[in-house]
Amino acid sequence: MTVLQVPATAQRATLIGRPFFWIIALVIAVFAAAPTIGNDVELRESLLLAAVYITLASNLNIMLGYCGYINFGSIVFFGLGGYITVYLLNTRGWPLGGALLAAGFAVSALALLFGLGILRLRGAFFALSTIGINEAVQAFAENFEPWGGSAGIYLSTELFQPLGGPARALWIIYYLLVGVMGLSLYLSYAIKNSKFGLGLLAIGQNEDAAGVLGVPTPFYKAIAYSISAFLPAIAGGLYFFKSAFIQPSDAFDLTLSTEAIVIVMLGGQGSIAGPALGAYLYEELRGWLLTSETFANFQLVVAGTLLLAIVLFTPGGLMGWLYGRWPRLRKVLE
Amino acid sequence: MFGVFASIVDGILVGAVYGLAAMGITLIWGVMDVVNLTHGTLIVAGMFALYILTSALGVPIYLTLLPIFVGGFLLGLALYWIAVHRMVGRPPLMSLLSTFSVNLVLIGIGTAVWGTRLFNVAVTLPGVSVERYTFPGTHILAAVLTAAIAGALYLFLYSTRLGKAIRAVANNREAAELVGIPTTRVLSLAFGLGCALACVSGMLIGTMFPFTLLSGDTYQLKSFVVTALGGLGNPTGALLGGISLGLIEGLETPFMPVSWTLVIEFAIFVAVLIAFPSGIFRRRRS
Amino acid sequence: MTALLVVENLTKRFGGLLAVDKLSFDIETHEILGLIGPNGAGKSTVFNLVNGVFAADEGRVVFDGHDVTGMPPYRIAHLGLARTHQIVQPLTAMTVLENCTVGACFGRENLSISRAREAAREAAELVDLADRLSVTAAQLTIAGKKRLELARALSARPTLLLLDEVLAGLNPTEVEHMIGVMRRIRERGVTILIIEHLMQAIMSLSDRIVVLNSGRKLAEGKPAEVANNPAVVEAYLGDPALAAELHGH
Repeated sequence: MTVLQVPATAQRATLIGRPFFWIIALVIAVFAAAPTIGNDVELRESLLLAAVYITLASNLNIMLGYCGYINFGSIVFFGLGGYITVYLLNTRGWPLGGALLAAGFAVSALALLFGLGILRLRGAFFALSTIGINEAVQAFAENFEPWGGSAGIYLSTELFQPLGGPARALWIIYYLLVGVMGLSLYLSYAIKNSKFGLGLLAIGQNEDAAGVLGVPTPFYKAIAYSISAFLPAIAGGLYFFKSAFIQPSDAFDLTLSTEAIVIVMLGGQGSIAGPALGAYLYEELRGWLLTSETFANFQLVVAGTLLLAIVLFTPGGLMGWLYGRWPRLRKVLE
Repeated sequence: MFGVFASIVDGILVGAVYGLAAMGITLIWGVMDVVNLTHGTLIVAGMFALYILTSALGVPIYLTLLPIFVGGFLLGLALYWIAVHRMVGRPPLMSLLSTFSVNLVLIGIGTAVWGTRLFNVAVTLPGVSVERYTFPGTHILAAVLTAAIAGALYLFLYSTRLGKAIRAVANNREAAELVGIPTTRVLSLAFGLGCALACVSGMLIGTMFPFTLLSGDTYQLKSFVVTALGGLGNPTGALLGGISLGLIEGLETPFMPVSWTLVIEFAIFVAVLIAFPSGIFRRRRS
Repeated sequence: MTALLVVENLTKRFGGLLAVDKLSFDIETHEILGLIGPNGAGKSTVFNLVNGVFAADEGRVVFDGHDVTGMPPYRIAHLGLARTHQIVQPLTAMTVLENCTVGACFGRENLSISRAREAAREAAELVDLADRLSVTAAQLTIAGKKRLELARALSARPTLLLLDEVLAGLNPTEVEHMIGVMRRIRERGVTILIIEHLMQAIMSLSDRIVVLNSGRKLAEGKPAEVANNPAVVEAYLGDPALAAELHGH
């Protein structure tokens, strides 16, 4: 049985008053400060990847951990956000902020539209539809000339000038990504402690019973799906802007969304700290694997074995195990 | 004009094999409410076994059917005990994740050891020529064998004790247990059977088309589309659904570039499920 | 008194089976209406039709003046209808308080979380679950889960409560307790439609009884009238023990 971390009962403190609010703030501060002090570019790059994973996992958690719906194709938000951002920057000359926001809203709107359709499907059918959406969008990108077709789009380095040149731009992009990561964590936090979140959690426990209790299930699910698209889209925009290059096979690579699923389950689905912890652990594991000769090709094998072990033995993931061992932690972590 | 008609007929032949693959999914799902996400990989395993047995061991092509069936069954039993047994009765999310994770492992190992190159099993079989179109012998034989296997499956489910036990467990697991049916054993056998069907359909597809170790996703998708069309837990529906899909593909190929086929099939999948949540060919259960 | 619930010619087929056949009855505000009938008579199906889980093939359901035929369950819940299930449906990983808070949040009054928690506590107290608010639903006994099911439905402060065999599987002491709870609920002004197999209980609780057999209304009236109705006795003759119970032996 999964261990679900739901709002602690006798809460008198507001969201800001609780310890976890400040723990999130601390994490953001550490991410921002650590590479800055000492101008450590290598650390920045590795933390940037971690921030991307945490963003994807936290937002995925809204569907997977709260509602109990597996989104195999969540990468589509990231990739499509990347494409829209890069296209607006490169071809239309938009400023970075505008392009990112436009990407975020456009992808959320599309997610709402598609979500209303595919969220009527239960379990496996929904999960498979999300792959289908990813495939469909990838096929579109490969055939859409203004987006460079299967060759993709190369960004000119001129685009970094408004940000003060390439070196400085990379730092700005990093801070923005840390901001997106922070917003993702706060978003999970706010949702989980809201009435909307309570409804989502009820859907995840027993969707039919939730409906009978008055939870407007079709709308809540669609809204959750749409919200879970917004920040990953912006993250995608930042990521591919930084790479100065985007192509369909990278932007819509299912490996990343698969890893996000493993991360959420590893950390503890339904919790807020879980995806963050899981992302950190997974990135460490992955980094170690890539340096080891024998395991370099076995990335997905390891991910699969890990996921299987979690599902079979500790469905509550790391947070579930921690809460089991030290129940007092519930007062501090969420 | 005849070209389109021929394409449709050919599509139906191939579609029957898709129906066979779908029977694997629908059997498992109908009996234990588990969606087997290793299905695509099992199809590829069947294809790959065909390749190894024929090229490395020189086994005559169609004689590989029986060993692949048995092998698939045994593999299915192993998969059941590893990933599925503890998930029966738990929320469907769990069995999705467990079969998904096993699938990752299998594909990861497979591609690491054998790579992602194209494999092709050359089958020389006389075709049937009508006007300017030749219906490949492999397609015809595959459809015939599919019909035979489907018939055997039907006989098994409706005339043998074990088959009836499987249907009883599918209908009402608790009641079946109360009547003394060893449900766990039945579930594992049903799962093994579903996997065997997947492997055999892979073998038949392997006689018709080239493949890579990553082809599983495509055929898994087709199996799910067939299930959507044919309804769950319904072998006849699976066959009819497969033929329908084959028909649709036959209509597509003369007119559409291949890269859009998958997208169209997904669109059909979603559209059908939204309009007919229980499948178009679902037999009404009272 | 105006009828809180009006069921008119309600019909439902499942394939070839006619589960509910042109059923009509009313429930007046503040009354307790008992729904009885042999197994398979269609009682739970009626519940599912009233609260929107099944779509009726024919007929209407009018609740509190609104035509709710064909509405999804959550909209009917917002109008003030709550139900319990024969096979309990707890939100297993959530605590008793959280389960009830869900009920209170999404029920008739559309409360905020903090207000909902208060309503949840009140409901839990009414069924004597106040001492187990932080227990996870999964850890409750079957009796506890049944109380939770009831408390959760009450948390929504419904005007009409559908109770589906709340007493099944309980021992005599627990049954006594639940009957007391149901009387307290009625005192608070909630109208109740109850399905029950425990004859004595339902006969003593209900103001009126509707008897269902094979999906059709067999009889309707005060408990004593219904118990002496020859057609009703005959329907139960298949189960002599039950027929005897009808007559209070």
